Amino acid sequence: MTNHAAVLSALADPTRRAIFERLAASPSAVGELARQLPVSRPAVSQHLKVLKEAGLVSDHAAGTRRVYSVDNLGVGVIRDYFEQFWQQSLDRFSAAASQSFREEE
Amino acid sequence: MTTRVLQTAVSTEVDVEAPVEHAFRVFTEGIGTWWDPDHHLLEGELAEMVFEPLAGGHIIDRGTDGSECRWARVLAYEPPHRVVFSWDINLRWEVESDPAKASEVEITFASAGPGRSHVVLTHRHLDRHGEGWESMRDSVGSGWSLARFAEVARQG
Repeated sequence: MTNHAAVLSALADPTRRAIFERLAASPSAVGELARQLPVSRPAVSQHLKVLKEAGLVSDHAAGTRRVYSVDNLGVGVIRDYFEQFWQQSLDRFSAAASQSFREEE
Repeated sequence: MTTRVLQTAVSTEVDVEAPVEHAFRVFTEGIGTWWDPDHHLLEGELAEMVFEPLAGGHIIDRGTDGSECRWARVLAYEPPHRVVFSWDINLRWEVESDPAKASEVEITFASAGPGRSHVVLTHRHLDRHGEGWESMRDSVGSGWSLARFAEVARQG
């Protein structure tokens, strides 16, 4: 079982969430992730370390490379993922709705 | 803002400094003004998002290249207090064509004093995605990860 607080805090960072989403789509090595995202290789490694500690991703050696993947994606993880996603989305919505109303007045 | 976690649902609330009519309009018609543009399902660049204002309509992403993606069915459209849509997206952010594997999002808008609204969003039936994941994993068994491993090893 994953630790709820650790999962939430790991997914709270938008870059980490982007990395997690890419790994859910296909297992990747650090270099591949760094090429797809506007983040340096050392930063990707750091984010992967946090995701791994939260139990969201695991890694294995494939030749000279280390490949990361998303395993055991149970409903708890899905819930944590959407909780973060909607919190950030509703914050954006609230800011947009409040601002456009002020401008209309 | 607080978040309550139910067993197969998440519920998030937020206050808006605007009356319910305005909040409802921005959530639906104005979805493109607040939706994270990184979360669309098109191959190319997102041009606009369209929230069709009726039950039976869709939420549609339109690309600059003319492509279209209908990723939600509007299940209830009751301005200015309630809207429900299906979440026809799998965990890989691809369109889910099987409605049995789609989850559901309900948003309610309540007045919280003059010029103020309280919005509650509930995303439920999340286990439907989980079951999809489990059944996919079970149906291909360990062959999937071994095949994947071999493929990755070959490329590496």
